[in-house]
Formats: sequence, structure tokens, C-alpha cells
Amino acid sequence: MTEPLALSLTKICRSFGPVQVLHDVDITLAAGEVHALIGENGAGKSTTMKIMSGYLAPTSGVVALNDAPVSFANSQDAEAQGVVLIHQEFNLAEQLSVEQNIFLGHEKKRGFLLDKAAMQAEALALLARLNCQVDPSARVSDIANADKQMVEIAKALSRNARVLIMDEPTAVLTEREAEVLFVQVERLKAEGVAILFTSHKLDEVKRISDKITILRDGHVVSQGPTSDYNEDQMAEAMVGRDVSSLYPERTVPVGSDIALEVKGLSVAEFAHDISFTLKKGEILGVSGLIGSGRTETMEGLVGLRSSTGEVRLNGEVVHLKSPQQAQKAGVCYLTEDRKSRGLLLTKGMRENLTLQCLPDFTNYLIDQKSEDAALTKAIEDFDIRAPSRDVAVGNLSGGNQQKLLIAKVMLADPDIVIIDEPTRGIDIGTKQQIYEFIHALSGQGKSIIVISSEMQEVIGLADRVLVMRMGRIAGEVSGDDLTEDKIVRLAMGLDVNKEEAA
Amino acid sequence: MAAADTNPKPTMRLDLKVLGPILALVVLVVIGAMMNGNFLSAGNITNVLSRSAFIGIIAVGMTFVITAGGLDLSVGSMAAFIAGLMILVMNGLLPVMGVGWPLVFVGMLTAIVAGTAAGFINGFLITNMRIEAFIVTLGTMGIYRSLVTWLADGGTLSLDFGMRAIIRPIYFDGILGISWPIIVFALVAILGEVVMRRGAFGRHAAAVGSNDQVARYSSVNVNRVRMMTYVGLGVLVGIATIMYVPRLGSASSSTGVLWELEAIAAVIIGGTMLKGGFGRVWGTVIGVLILSLIGNILNLTDGVSPYLNGAVQGVIIILAVILQRDKKAEG
Repeated sequence: MTEPLALSLTKICRSFGPVQVLHDVDITLAAGEVHALIGENGAGKSTTMKIMSGYLAPTSGVVALNDAPVSFANSQDAEAQGVVLIHQEFNLAEQLSVEQNIFLGHEKKRGFLLDKAAMQAEALALLARLNCQVDPSARVSDIANADKQMVEIAKALSRNARVLIMDEPTAVLTEREAEVLFVQVERLKAEGVAILFTSHKLDEVKRISDKITILRDGHVVSQGPTSDYNEDQMAEAMVGRDVSSLYPERTVPVGSDIALEVKGLSVAEFAHDISFTLKKGEILGVSGLIGSGRTETMEGLVGLRSSTGEVRLNGEVVHLKSPQQAQKAGVCYLTEDRKSRGLLLTKGMRENLTLQCLPDFTNYLIDQKSEDAALTKAIEDFDIRAPSRDVAVGNLSGGNQQKLLIAKVMLADPDIVIIDEPTRGIDIGTKQQIYEFIHALSGQGKSIIVISSEMQEVIGLADRVLVMRMGRIAGEVSGDDLTEDKIVRLAMGLDVNKEEAA
Repeated sequence: MAAADTNPKPTMRLDLKVLGPILALVVLVVIGAMMNGNFLSAGNITNVLSRSAFIGIIAVGMTFVITAGGLDLSVGSMAAFIAGLMILVMNGLLPVMGVGWPLVFVGMLTAIVAGTAAGFINGFLITNMRIEAFIVTLGTMGIYRSLVTWLADGGTLSLDFGMRAIIRPIYFDGILGISWPIIVFALVAILGEVVMRRGAFGRHAAAVGSNDQVARYSSVNVNRVRMMTYVGLGVLVGIATIMYVPRLGSASSSTGVLWELEAIAAVIIGGTMLKGGFGRVWGTVIGVLILSLIGNILNLTDGVSPYLNGAVQGVIIILAVILQRDKKAEG
């Protein structure tokens, strides 16, 4: 270990296009200190970490190493200066061995040939330093997740990392595996490494961090020694905003008939024993952390994943084994991932719009006239703004893509629509349009499930919210209980000072 | 996309991607006509077209497979195997049914059924067993080639002499001087073009090849679409074989060698994207014609050895892909 490094951000701002995601962020990572960065999804944690590690440049503000301003050309440059980011998704070549991964891109050579003996020895030394038992010649695809995490850290250390940034390092680890990681974090800290990590698990933040920075909407809202906070205070600081007038008022009362009843729905690995009901005209929110099984549950419901359990539509048991069957039964799912699951980016708007119900436009041959008419109507109804009708969909803005995606699904005229992350990555104006549109659907008596990581969004939109945690329904909130605080507590598995509604 | 829209503003942009294959064909025809006076004679044109028909019929099916993001390397040996089977069945039933058209129809039926089954097997392994199309069809390619060699005991399977006389007209005769293979090829091509451009199946195939996840989330039965492209190709291989057997009346281990590569090459020259997502049948037809014209011109002229046929074809294929790449970067 060479001299310790401290990394600091001063007045960092960052914008993506017109949207500013970071506002004057100040963070200092001191050598030999563990710093936790917490905040809701979309609060700006990833952007902050990417700026620290050279993946993104700040729009304004100063990044400094040991008080000397630096500007990383890219992540390799940052690594060369001792700052390494470990991604949440492991960045390892699964088919290569542990040792090959550790030295990937900076292999030791003797002349033209690889110096296997030296690499083997150093890999062993690095793993020993991390107290990790894994065999350097084991294939990465064969080792446990915790070991993969260790390999990532060993890889970082082999590059002489003195500032280690970890994006949700425990998200993929079991509790016991996380314990192993924490022991190593303590060791590295003792060796003078500066560590920053993010986590949604507030108990572990409390346990292993020395300092906390809390982000909300790109602002640092609270910062200080971990000893100053308890878990409730952290949650409070993360949340705590009014729901503005972004959300329309409900004008048509929720129906009384039950449109959908789900009993004991399970999707292997992701969702266990999910039961809920949905009334006609109701907007049901589904909240929970990323990875809590929200998407997988709904994909199981519409037959995109195999699932078990009982589903009733208007009281009748149905078996939705494929999205085709679900669509026929009047249930459609709108994916959160519009770019790789929602739209054909290289095709035009017309092909995309009618893809979901092409048979309706086909009488032996596709009726292009009625396709064009449908597109004209969709452009009008959903206010889709495109430079021309035959523009490739990939060239539309995110908001217009999302509107087209909604138009496409609504063409199938479903009674129940499941919308996963209706407004991810789109501007506030379009958001408002989409909210109004969702309300209009509900007014027409359609039932809607909205999955969202944005707390305000579920609260502002939904009549009732299911909160999921680790593949189960942790609770249900509605009426006066529909607050961010309640949802966050349920999502994080904290005590809810009240009886659970489920 | 180059679809004929009724939109107010017609885009009169001359697209090299559309015109390229047509231009190349025109250039080849001009060169051929200058090199040899016989080139444009009815006899030579009929000859070139008839010979193109086998590959052409198969290539139309291949266009759908590739558009949907697949590949089929087995079609050449599948054709040889089906030819062998067709001959064996007809020879075997000869004592029962006697020489005549009923037996010919039984042979035809055999070819269609065998083609359907072979396509189904490829499709099943690729869609239901989730094995790479390249691997599956590489495997079945070896299997069919070996089976036909085995059926022929290493030699040649010959159709009964009497039967040969009866089925000869399927290749050599026709209507109004146009031979049957050309007519069938034309029908298959027109039908294929209509299905690709205006049919729900063509649109679905392009969607699956473009992004199968999007197709799945859009309630398209991805497996069925994929399966149907392989079954359709199998049926077309059967039809091509029906046209082919009457020509020589025999099948051997060298029947249909490299047909798969010629068919794939024709599809690519025609502007269909090898990685799927976009296909056009008319382009494939032009691709087939370009490939067979090259061979024909080299045969008719003295300047270049016909042994260089493969080299010239190879250059054309690579050029076609380079042109596609340039255009893709724009859109």
C-alpha cells in the first residue's frame, strides 16, 4: 500500500440535457474511513459515484485527490490514479479463471509470454489479504457471489486502489456473505483505503459506515458522522417531500366490482405467495426497492414468466400462460424497459404501434391504410411529437417513446393495464401528461396497476399501494396511511408502528 | 423504410441500398450481352433461369429464416436426402402402383412431407430446445448428407427408367415456352414477397429478428414465428427437390452440395440483414440471378476461366455486405 488518498467533491453539478440531476454536491472521502451514500432510487447516487470514478465528468464543480484538483479523462484514468468503482452487476468474465480476471487488461508478462507463476503468486497473496479461500484457478462462473465480490475487490487492489467505491455491494449477497464482506471492509479501512458504498439496507449502513451522506433529488440533504443518526432519521431524511400538484385529482369514484383477484401467486426465486385484489377503475400502486420482485410478480401474472397460483378475472378463474392469452383475457403489461423490451428502435412508428395487435389490422394482408389511420389517432390522442411519421423510433425522445409504447399497448384495449415505471427517465411535462392519461383510463373504468420506484409517483397516483420486500408483500397502505414514511418503512423491513394491513 | 406510403410527402431519395442489387444485375446483363451474342438468346435465358430455380425457391424460404434472426445450413443436404428418399419411395412402390402419374404424385407428396418434417425438426431443436441455429443446422446438415450417402450405399440412387421418362417434363416442359421450374420459382417469389411485405407473418418475422424480447412483450408468439420460418423453408426445399429430381433422375452424396451457402449468399446480396430484423424477397430473387449469371457469363466467355466462378461470387458477396454496412451506419 502506497500513500493514502482522500477524494473530495466540491460543488459538483451534473445535468443530462436539460435535466439537472446533481446540485452542488459536496462529499469528502477520507483515507481509512467508510462513507455511506444513501438516498431513494433516482436521488443521484449513481451519478455521484460515476463522477467520482471517472465514468462521467461533472458539468461544474471540482473533483480533488488529496486536495489537488483532478479531471479524470475516463474510468481507466481514475483507476490509474487509484480510484476504482465496483459495479453492482459484477464486471467479471464468467468463463475466465479468478486469476485471469484479476489481471485482465494488465497481465504480467515476461517477454512476449504471460508470466503465469508471478500472476498466480500475486493473486494468491491478494486473496489471502482479503482472507478469501477461493482457488485462483477456479472459473468465475463456478464460484459464489460473495467470492465474486472478493475477486472484484482483489482486482481493484491489484490496481493499487486507494479509493474504493462500491455500488450496492450487498444487494446480491446473502446475510452471511455480507458479513464476510464487512470483515474485509474493516481490514481495508485499517490499511488506509477510503471506501464509499451505497446501500438500501439501513441497518448495515449504521453498522459499518463512519460517515453518511444523504441525497435527495440531487441535493445533499444531510451529512455527518453515522453516530448522529438512527435508522429512522436516515429514512426520514431520504424521504420528506410534499406531493405537488403534479397529480390529477380523482374525479370518478373507484368501482365496487372486483376486476382482478390474485391468490398465492409465486414466481420461482422472485415472488412468493402474492395475493391482492384490484377493483374496476382502481389505480393500484406497487412499491418496493429494486430487486424486491415487483416486476417479476407482474410478469408472472401475465405469463411472461412461469408462475403458480390462482388468478380470477371478474370472478372467473383464468390461466394466463403466455402474454397472448393475457392479452386475449384483457390484461396487458407495459414493460419498464422500453428500449430493449418495449419498442423496435430501428423500425418506424407504424410498425411499432400495431405490433401488439397486428391480427386486428390483417385480413389476409396487412391493411396499411387502417394502420396509418391508427397512427394518426395515436399521435393525436397521446400527443406524440415526432419529426416525421416514418422516423425510426430509436430517434424519438424518451417521453415520446413512452407515449408511443402506451399507445401501442392501449390499442389492444385491455381492461387491466399493468404499467411498470410509467415515467422513468422522462421530463416533468411528459410525466404530467402520462399521469393525466392514467387517470383518464381509470375514469373509463379500466383497472390499472402502476409499479414505480418513485415514491411520490405511487403516492400521487394510486388509490392504494402494495409494498413489496424480498419477493413478498410487506404490507398495504391506503388513505391517510399513504405516506412515504410508511412505504419506506415497509420496503426496508423496519417496524411499522401500526398494524399491517395485509 | 421503403414501403409505399400514401403520405403527403413522397421521399424521392435514390437509395443505394434499394438500387444496388438491381444496378449490379443490370451491369451483369450488359457485360454478358457484350461478351457473347448468345447471352440474350431465349435458350440461354431459359437455361439460366431454370438452373436458378432450385436455389431460388430455397432462398425465398431462407429469406424468412434469416429475417427472423435464424440461419439454416442444412438445406443443401436436406435437398439431397429428400431427393434420395423420393426416388427410393417411387422405385419401391413401382411394382405396386406401376409406372404413371399417380406414382409421381406419391413421390411429390413424399418430398413435401419429408421437407415439412425436416424443417420441423430444425425448428423444434432451435425454438423448444433453445440450441443455436448454427449448431443445430450444422448437425442436421451432416446427418442428411450422411443419410443420403448411406441410402445410396456410397454411389448413386437412380430412378426407374420408365418413371424418368414420365417425370422429365416437370423440369424440361412448361407453358408458353416457360419451363415449370421458372413458373414455380416465380410463384413462390411473388407469394413470398407479398407475405414479407404485407402479411402479418412477414412483419412478425422482422420483429422477432429485430428484437425477440420486444416481440415477446408485444404478445407475439416468438417460438411459433421462428418455427414457421423453418417449416416453411423445409416445404420449399421439398418443392425445389420435386423440380430437381426430374432433371437428372438420380441423387447421390454430391447432390445439392453448397446449396445452403448459395442460398444464404443470395439472401445477403439481396439486402436482407444477416443478423435479422429486415428482409426483402425481391432482393433475394435478384441475388439468385446475380449468382447464376456470374457462372453463366464465365462459361460463355473465353477471357476468364470458369474455374474462377467461386472467386467472383465471393467478391460480389463481400461487396454486398460492405454496401449494407455503410447504409446501416446512417439509419
